[in-house]
Amino acid sequence: MSLRQEDVQRIAHLARLAITDEEAARTLAQLNDIFRMIERMRAVDTQGVEPMSHPLGGAQRLRADAVTDIPDRERNLANAPARQDGLFLVPRVLE
Amino acid sequence: MARSSQSGYGGWQVVIGLETHAQLSTASKIFSGASTAFGAEPNTQASVVDLALPGVLPVLNRGAVERAIRFGLAVGATIAPRSVFARKNYFYPDLPKGYQISQYEIPVVQGGSLSCIVEGRGFEPYAKTVRLTRAHLEEDAGKSLHEDYSGMSGIDLNRAGTPLLEIVTEPDIQVDDIERAASEAVAYARALHSLVTWLGICDGNMQEGSFRCDANVSVRRPGASLGTRCEIKNLNSFRFMHQAIVYEAKRQIDLIESGDVVVQETRLYDPDRDETRSMRSKEDAMDYRYFPDPDLLPLEIDAAWIERVRADLPELPAAMRTRFVEAHGLSDYDAGLLTADAATARYFEAVVAALPPGQAKLAANWINGDVAAAVNAAGGSIIGCPVSAAQLAGLLARVVDGTINQKGAKEVFSALWAGEGASPDALIESRGLRQISDAGALEGIVDAVLAANPKSVEEFRAGKEKAFNALVGQVMKQSRGKANPQQVNDILRAKLAG
Repeated sequence: MSLRQEDVQRIAHLARLAITDEEAARTLAQLNDIFRMIERMRAVDTQGVEPMSHPLGGAQRLRADAVTDIPDRERNLANAPARQDGLFLVPRVLE
Repeated sequence: MARSSQSGYGGWQVVIGLETHAQLSTASKIFSGASTAFGAEPNTQASVVDLALPGVLPVLNRGAVERAIRFGLAVGATIAPRSVFARKNYFYPDLPKGYQISQYEIPVVQGGSLSCIVEGRGFEPYAKTVRLTRAHLEEDAGKSLHEDYSGMSGIDLNRAGTPLLEIVTEPDIQVDDIERAASEAVAYARALHSLVTWLGICDGNMQEGSFRCDANVSVRRPGASLGTRCEIKNLNSFRFMHQAIVYEAKRQIDLIESGDVVVQETRLYDPDRDETRSMRSKEDAMDYRYFPDPDLLPLEIDAAWIERVRADLPELPAAMRTRFVEAHGLSDYDAGLLTADAATARYFEAVVAALPPGQAKLAANWINGDVAAAVNAAGGSIIGCPVSAAQLAGLLARVVDGTINQKGAKEVFSALWAGEGASPDALIESRGLRQISDAGALEGIVDAVLAANPKSVEEFRAGKEKAFNALVGQVMKQSRGKANPQQVNDILRAKLAG
């Protein structure tokens, strides 16, 4: 499988990255290198091998259901470019 | 719509699958220690984890996992011994991380099913079982407020990180009738709502968004392969859900019949205009690029934990309904009403336990009748009912032993409801509601009524049964409602025959 430049632009759009055609061409070459490596890995017989979802072994540690964090709103809002009535303000979004 | 009559949509099958987000009733968030309480000042419950500040890491809440297990066991599902959290990537201002932590390939709850009773106009109630595909844990997003903030949108992240259980069904609702398809969807949603509140894993408050349903609706000719579906969002009441599905099915049929095609999209239901409209078209359809979240190790649930949760499960609504029918001789309908929510069931059981044996039907009639009517009129739930189970039982005991009749009981109930007294017995005395069962006293009243109503007596003797009821009414009136109705009947019959 290999990508086309439109695929790179689409993925960049999904990640909200503005990239030039030149950057897209360079990224395309790099991504296709990665896909070639994946192709080689696919040749390995993985029958009976459990898929790995995390490089570390073990299981998720759980915490008790208790309120342990009282957020400091003033501090958390301090770096916001715009705020009003305790809200973060962002450029108008409408669905 | 082009057509007004239901019959105009014959020959089509409506197929529905449902996705429900149930907000889990934990004290703290799924991955942070911030509170989940509803209605706090904006952003006062948004912790650094919920805000996605650099360097923070999620730590999973045991209480959220336990509620998912509880749900899975109640619907007969498999609890995955190992499940995986994944990142669902999209950009929106109320999603600070740029991704939602969810479960994708391996959810915690797999399979299961839910049964419900489908009711509606024009058909007899029937049972329906809907298979569940899965239920997975995920975090909620914040809220965007689009009122005018100097031309900008306001963001409140209090809800960000609130634990959700997303419950997904198979497209098991497949009905050749639009109304009935919508009724099945609503019956499923009601049963699910009842179950999650019963289990205590979700408060079920639809207005506050604690229980949100989305419906995937498509139409096809019976026997054809599945049609293109649309996902309808914003179904925040059962009534709107019904209306939205009916509207959407008709819209799709109209489109196809006029030679057009259904476009796969997300549509929003607008209750004010009773229509669905496009929210996201296929062009910018989401590509979420799921991948396992490297911040979270797999969730492992051992058999011992599952067994502990199983041992702690309450009797489930369906089992209790059957028990009410079998042990108390109630109708399935009455038993269904009593087990519609846990608080009503508990109330009923408390009343029955305090009454002499064999009075469950009386208790059921009162709870499904006068109590339900008063609770509904007050717009509340039985949890806040001002007449306690002990008070109702005390009142009904006086009906059972003949101290008062039903009419007097209703008056006492109203007085208890209004807080005019706490003791049914004291209210019966202070209002003089003790019914007259003294044969001598009743005969006196009956004689007077017969003497004063010769016309009714004549009509009754001529075969008019109605005249008898008029005479009973007169006696009740003369006794100011306190006569024992059964005794009045007997005495009247005897005197008229004589």
